[in-house]
Amino acid sequence: MLKQMEGSLGVAQAIALCRPEVVCAYPITPQTHIVEGIGALVKTGELENCEFINVESEFAALSVAIGASAAGARAYTATASQGILYMAEAIYNAGGLGLPIVMTVGNRAIGAPINIWNDHTDAMSVKDAGWIQLFAENNQEALDLHIQAFRLAEELSCPVMVCMDGFILTHAYERVDIPTQAEVDAFLPPYEPVQVLDPADPYSIGAMVGPEAFTEVRYLAHDKQLQALKRIPEIADVFKDVFGRESGGLLHPYHADDAETLVVALGSVNGTIKDAVDTMREEGHAVGSVSLCSFRPFPLAELGDVLRHAARVVVVEKSLAPGLGGVVASNVRMSLRDSPTPVYTVIAGLGGRPITKAGLERVIKDAIADDLPDVHFLDLETDVIARELERSRDTRRSGPTAENILKDLASVAGNRGE
Amino acid sequence: MFQVRIHGRGGQGVVTAAELLSIAAFVEDKHAQAFPSFGSERMGAPVVAFCRIADREIRSREPVSHPDALIIQDPTLLHSVDVFSGLNKQGYILINSRRTFADLGIDDFVAKFPPDHVCDIGATELAVKHVGRPVPNAALLGGFAAISGQIQLSSVEHAIMEKFPGAVGAANVKAAQEAFAAVSKIKEEA
Amino acid sequence: MNSDSANNDTGSKEGAANSRANQGSALQRVKFYQTGTHTVGNRLMDEAARSVQSSMDRSNAITSGHRACQGCGEALGARYALDAAMRASDGQLVAVNATGCLEVFTTPYPETSWQIPWLHSLFGNAPAVATGVAAAMRRKGRKKVSVVAQGGDGGTTDIGFGCLSGMFERNDDVLYICYDNEAYMNTGVQRSSATPPTARTATTPAVGKAPGNVFGTGKNLPLIAMAHNIPYVATASVADLHDLEDKVTRAMAIEGARYIHIMVPCPLGWGSAPNDTIRIARLAVESGLFPLFEAEHGEVTKSHKIRRRVPVDDYLKPQRRFAHLFGKEGPDKAALAAIQAMADSNIKRFNLLDAGDDT
Repeated sequence: MLKQMEGSLGVAQAIALCRPEVVCAYPITPQTHIVEGIGALVKTGELENCEFINVESEFAALSVAIGASAAGARAYTATASQGILYMAEAIYNAGGLGLPIVMTVGNRAIGAPINIWNDHTDAMSVKDAGWIQLFAENNQEALDLHIQAFRLAEELSCPVMVCMDGFILTHAYERVDIPTQAEVDAFLPPYEPVQVLDPADPYSIGAMVGPEAFTEVRYLAHDKQLQALKRIPEIADVFKDVFGRESGGLLHPYHADDAETLVVALGSVNGTIKDAVDTMREEGHAVGSVSLCSFRPFPLAELGDVLRHAARVVVVEKSLAPGLGGVVASNVRMSLRDSPTPVYTVIAGLGGRPITKAGLERVIKDAIADDLPDVHFLDLETDVIARELERSRDTRRSGPTAENILKDLASVAGNRGE
Repeated sequence: MFQVRIHGRGGQGVVTAAELLSIAAFVEDKHAQAFPSFGSERMGAPVVAFCRIADREIRSREPVSHPDALIIQDPTLLHSVDVFSGLNKQGYILINSRRTFADLGIDDFVAKFPPDHVCDIGATELAVKHVGRPVPNAALLGGFAAISGQIQLSSVEHAIMEKFPGAVGAANVKAAQEAFAAVSKIKEEA
Repeated sequence: MNSDSANNDTGSKEGAANSRANQGSALQRVKFYQTGTHTVGNRLMDEAARSVQSSMDRSNAITSGHRACQGCGEALGARYALDAAMRASDGQLVAVNATGCLEVFTTPYPETSWQIPWLHSLFGNAPAVATGVAAAMRRKGRKKVSVVAQGGDGGTTDIGFGCLSGMFERNDDVLYICYDNEAYMNTGVQRSSATPPTARTATTPAVGKAPGNVFGTGKNLPLIAMAHNIPYVATASVADLHDLEDKVTRAMAIEGARYIHIMVPCPLGWGSAPNDTIRIARLAVESGLFPLFEAEHGEVTKSHKIRRRVPVDDYLKPQRRFAHLFGKEGPDKAALAAIQAMADSNIKRFNLLDAGDDT
């Protein structure tokens, strides 16, 4: 049923339709509305047979989900930003134990400086924890990916993170098609665990494994991701059969077939990128884009097949590996390791800085003109940085950088009479 | 695509106004996207929210920097925040105030716009009258329906009742209706 | 009486003397070992009063073959506690384990000592994991399945404290058992917030002007647990295994968050003889340093009276971690007095002496 609603509440309804049995809630902006929404559905009785547990930290949230999942329940939680880091140990543990927990990440920057706005640093910080990571382009896809995530997680016995951009999607009101319970039930069978804590058939889960077998266990985690590469598109196909729309899959190419320049990105910025592609196509530029829906597993071959025909690739990413450059771009390069195609890194949208269509068109044109550095920071205020570098060179005790920059920006604005 | 930017202060229902507007557009089978300026603003701090309305899927995720209409819920923002930034030259301006544009010190600026595109109305007073609280957003949406013609009053009413079922919604609907009538009258006179 | 008390209950001072005398003697005292169905001690008791361990039906929750050190108090405590919990739950039990000695020595993969479903996740999250297991059991319609979470003092009083407090506060249906050996033994004897003052650990070495752990630190988790107003809190000791079993049995009959704090000497970390584990645990109780009590909803309901009070020196002396208190220059009287004052305070606070007992 079509509805105009907030992304978080749409996801809450989708989760409820998946009949989770244990949901753990801990507030952190911007995912909070999701667990609030689920909590309300439990309170009203619309979501039956579900334990909604308010816990004391993100570490506990995922730990409760670990216990619940190991005991055979369908378990869900949501987090963001610092919460990801606070539960990082449990994230690796759930991945290592192969527990099919589904977790929403309302993507948000990580401090310091503390920042509540959107970027992808949180998800990237745990990209190699053995979880499947799916990125939603819009709220419909966010909703749909959660439904697919439970099936994927439980088929493979592997946890899945569904990433949706904080505020940009979580707080956006837009049109979403909420499926019926019958549709979701037809798509998502009940959870049949591969391992379960059962007094009738006791075994020990989570014991120590030494050097003699650790590599094999880790290899199997890798193998599981490789299986996911096959299952993700297949599940998206089944989803289309049941729900009548395309959602999920490994990646979404847009005008990619004949593109000389291809833009690769994760998440909601793909919408703005598509608008930029349309405008630039009208201007005669052979531009296209690829939205990466699955970041883990990373579709090396599938992405390589799309990118190989392009003359250049521009990766627009909301994450930064200080001392290296792009996180996503490094992965994208691997899909082109047998090709000389240049891959530009554009770091954009950090800590919620708006990524504008105009800004995107500018960097794409710079790339076409071969006038883009290997790593480019979109809309970087280079003057501010120069002044701060100078300050810190001149004064040993130059004070906290973040505050200096904010003061600098305020005084510049003041001088302009703003 | 029609883009609306709403300025106000935390606690005035700025974000809710954008959401209601998007629901009203949805009721008319249009695509709409509403989102806040993503702050951790407390009560009283300047707040911005956006709403895009279109006949096809809205893909852009950037903030509205070139609005086709402005709704200004608090006139004290006129001289502290660059509320008019990027406004379409044929755009609409709706201000929550009973004072004249001259009193507000913006008569020269609004004179550049078509006269039936600019309007101020005492939405807070209408809210106090009907709702009992100084929350001007519903009334302003009624006014927006009248001045912009982008949505029907009935759609605004529908949106309000969907989000606030019961007495609170009904009271807000009354405020929106009175604002719609008042702005329609001003528009005719302009 | 059970087997060890029949064996050792000759008075602590004499016992210590005997134990030392026996080491070089050809005339060893006959020891009575458990032989399956009945221990010597239990044979003298009514059927109903016999221990869980004396039953042929005991579950062997932690069966033989684990890799604990000789004289490990934790292995003994866990065995008694979980077998009692198994009996109380009619075999419908799941155990969650924090990282630590108990986790490591019971599960040398692919072998495991656990005859019950057992889950180890992390060092600091056992209470939360147990909450999840209990929630799942409720939702799966398996309400009869009970959940026990367990950890050492480091996993309980330090790194797992947040999760434990959360589990208590929500009154989740979990019995949490802390096996307290007063330091991080699994990592090589480092100080925890349960390490007593003056104790030597790898991170509180017995050097300098104030050797060992300092005074005025540490936390008393049973009291903190009580402050959460949970339905049941108890302390227990491997020196009184019957009492330990009783407390576990009692805890298992209660719904909600329950906490049992068991003192379990660690010969390796304490520098004590493996065959002195029970004796040292008893001296901790009899000196007043480790009071045995039960509390319900925040109020102490019962305390275990000291039978024959001993000075703290008797408890401290057999442990090398306190050796610096009895150095070549003579005993550290100030430190010993301060520790004695702690014992005295416990005795008063928990009313550990019978009226008229003046020892």
